[in-house]
Amino acid sequence: MQSFPVGASIARRRSRSSRRSAALRQARAFAAALALLAASVHAAAAQTSLLNVSYDPTRELYADINPLFAADWKKTSGQDVTIQMSNGGSGAQARAVIAGLDASVVTLAVAVDIDAIAEQTGKIPADWQKRLPDNSSPYTSTIVLLVRKGNPKHIHDWDDLVRPGVQVVTPNPKTSGGARWNFLAAWAYARQKFNGDGNKIETFMTAMYKNVAVLDSGARGATTTFARRGIGDVLIAWENEAFLALHELGADDFEIVTPSISILAEPTVTWVDGNVDREGKAKAAQAYLEFLYTPSAQRVIAKNFYRPVEPQFAAAADLARFPKLHLVTIDKDFGGWAAAQKKYFAEGGLVDRIVAAAHR
Amino acid sequence: MGMREAGKAATAPESVTTESRLARAVLIALAVLFLAIFLILPVLVVFSEALAKGFSFYLTTFKDADAQAAIRLTLIVAAIAVPLNTLFGIAASWAIAKFEFPGKSLLTTLIDLPFSISPVISGMIYVLLFGAQGYFGPWLTAHGVQIIFALPGIVLATVFVTFPFVARELIPLMQEQGSADEEAALTLGASGFQAFLTITLPNIAWGLLYGVLLCNARAMGEFGAVSVVSGHISGLTNTIPLQVELLYNDYNFAAAFAMASLLTLLALVTLAAKTLLEMRYGDSLATSSRL
Amino acid sequence: MLRFRQQSVLPGFGIAFGFSLFYLSLIVLLPLAALVAEAAGLGLTGIWNIAVEPRVLAALRTSFGLAFLAAVADLFVGFLIAWVLTRYQFPGRKLLDAVIDLPFALPTAVAGIALATLYAPNGWIGAILAHIGVKIAFTPAGIFVALVFVALPFTVRPVQPLISEIDRSLEEVSATLGASRWQTIRYVIMPMLSPALLTGFALAFARSVSEYGSVIFIAGNLPYVSEIAPVLIVIKLQEFDYRGATAIALIMLALAFAALLAINLAQAMRRRRYGHA
Repeated sequence: MQSFPVGASIARRRSRSSRRSAALRQARAFAAALALLAASVHAAAAQTSLLNVSYDPTRELYADINPLFAADWKKTSGQDVTIQMSNGGSGAQARAVIAGLDASVVTLAVAVDIDAIAEQTGKIPADWQKRLPDNSSPYTSTIVLLVRKGNPKHIHDWDDLVRPGVQVVTPNPKTSGGARWNFLAAWAYARQKFNGDGNKIETFMTAMYKNVAVLDSGARGATTTFARRGIGDVLIAWENEAFLALHELGADDFEIVTPSISILAEPTVTWVDGNVDREGKAKAAQAYLEFLYTPSAQRVIAKNFYRPVEPQFAAAADLARFPKLHLVTIDKDFGGWAAAQKKYFAEGGLVDRIVAAAHR
Repeated sequence: MGMREAGKAATAPESVTTESRLARAVLIALAVLFLAIFLILPVLVVFSEALAKGFSFYLTTFKDADAQAAIRLTLIVAAIAVPLNTLFGIAASWAIAKFEFPGKSLLTTLIDLPFSISPVISGMIYVLLFGAQGYFGPWLTAHGVQIIFALPGIVLATVFVTFPFVARELIPLMQEQGSADEEAALTLGASGFQAFLTITLPNIAWGLLYGVLLCNARAMGEFGAVSVVSGHISGLTNTIPLQVELLYNDYNFAAAFAMASLLTLLALVTLAAKTLLEMRYGDSLATSSRL
Repeated sequence: MLRFRQQSVLPGFGIAFGFSLFYLSLIVLLPLAALVAEAAGLGLTGIWNIAVEPRVLAALRTSFGLAFLAAVADLFVGFLIAWVLTRYQFPGRKLLDAVIDLPFALPTAVAGIALATLYAPNGWIGAILAHIGVKIAFTPAGIFVALVFVALPFTVRPVQPLISEIDRSLEEVSATLGASRWQTIRYVIMPMLSPALLTGFALAFARSVSEYGSVIFIAGNLPYVSEIAPVLIVIKLQEFDYRGATAIALIMLALAFAALLAINLAQAMRRRRYGHA
């Protein structure tokens, strides 16, 4: 074993200089980072910031609404406000807030996700849904079917989704709020069709899930799989997502099919008292959510393909895009979210049974 | 073992110690084809999709404030995680390669362990520990310390996932080199630290550098674990891979792939650096390890 | 050899070992202890009951089964590539050699979206395969492809140095004694390489079992068909069933740990027997 070969000593010299310059680079990057952190701390002191923890499909909506509210809040209170967005699957977002994500407001896909936060952290009062008008849903949507242009598989209603040879794309009801609305919409159809015969409904749902080609974890993932990857014949989707897909990915490639019956999907919003009280942001947070019911926000809501709860404020052209259809509701037809969650989506519930029967 | 080949691919044509010309051609073709389809094509796809809307659109992606924030955060995280794991890698390989002690296999296994833990689990364990409902959650909340959904949590998850990289690179290298050189230096009166600095470090320098580069590439590219602890706040706690996912979910595919191409470039630079290193360090390794 | 006697001369064991252990405990052991503690609330029978739930069992089978298949595939391909890269000279060899490490350096999420783009029915490869009615993306085959990708370096790298160290005179002897080239490879070379092949196989397996980022984008996530175990962990978390989630995590962890420990023990034994190699 030689100890000092010539080559190694050259290598050593080289390595030392490269080490020095690497260290220098790192020190410089680190100093820059520190300066930046200091700057952001300084900036935070000069103004209020709210963190809106939301589900995936609201990204474009709040990107439009946030600057409107900031301007409005500046006018009424004189305070500068920045709104930070966190988007993800509705359930995952609820879990993050429970684990300590410092949300000022939560704007999630299903009320049951906010219930979970209230229950597990006590940061939100149990009767939160009564604090804002319309069950705390400033915008609603429904569930529709997105098919490929020309509707080659002749899909017109939920019935067609159980036909052999039709490939369905929907997200996983266990992880996606949207998928839970999808499930309930199809269920409502089957319930009407079979006059509430439990066995027949379950057989119908099993047949539908047998046709599912991909079970993504979130609504956006499912849309991408269907629209971008070319998988499946029909996507069960939020109406607003279906419109957005047409808008963003090409109206020439897809068309929307409105089923005979669907569900009124009510995404809900509330502020997280436990977080905003501590930081003295309660007023701004509440004002932010109340702003969603104002004429200017309602107009933007309709523009972003959500159904406004105050349609009189929306542009007529935007409203004309929403077809009239028979909508069941979670409260009247499924006994509220708490009951529906337990019956259908909890462990050992109907979803588990149907999915097991469909794929095993 | 005197007549050993120099370890290079020296092939005497049509000798008894190699395959027939035809077999060689077929095998080479198979290997090239496999690597082209499985490894090179995915890289090409990234760049092809990133440039799908043209080069100027590609550049605009990086002008976005959120994209820049993601790049900055990724750099900060790597600047903290990589030096920590480098320090650990050197210490661990020194202890493992130069000394005999009971439980060595166990220690080596524990170092390897983060390799084979699903990132979902790596993220989850930190939520279990530091989340509001976790073991240290109440204490942290009471003292106003935010770990999860903030920089510390992202750094911790990254450190965990890239934990083995430097150590793994150094342990076999040091084991191979043995410790005779250091011992000689000590008998000549050098201090332990001097011996490490003047003998060990130069011997492992290239391996160390590669380990650091690889660790860095992984640190900047970690997705699963960071996703669990990040909180996904745009412009604040999104790293480059999370920004890729976000853009991808925004139907902004070209921008998503543009961000992804940054990480791909980083990977390619890492590999190029490695190849260059090997040309030199390969020789120095050969001299020091030849018995 | 001499190492055993001289080891005590070297300083720094205390500080190096101490720091390693401290850091290891802080970063790896403490969080894992939390995991074990959480799952322990279920008791052994509780964990066992979760492990044998049909859907968990199916997901574990998918995760471990496909990881095994991918490791087997990589074992053969890895040996072929290691052999070609070490023994043959051809233009572009250095480049290919560098490319092997790509799955190490490329972030898994980037690999995931790239592979999904490539193998989707409208992707470069997917479109070709669609013509002959083969589907890769969003089927178990897609998971297999992703795993073969991420685990490849693990079966190439450990084998390469051993191939270059093979004493060619042994092959000559074998040939002179009348063995065909294939017999030489099968009975002379393979036994010499088998420890490294085994190491590579086990590492590839361990890596594949844990893979998430690249798989999640290309798996169809169909329960009982193409759902991997980490997805089930996410679902359990969704139901606020932290114990159930940690139980699945613990099962995966135990299996991976056993695989890694087996390799490291085997290597340590080999080192003791043959000196450092």
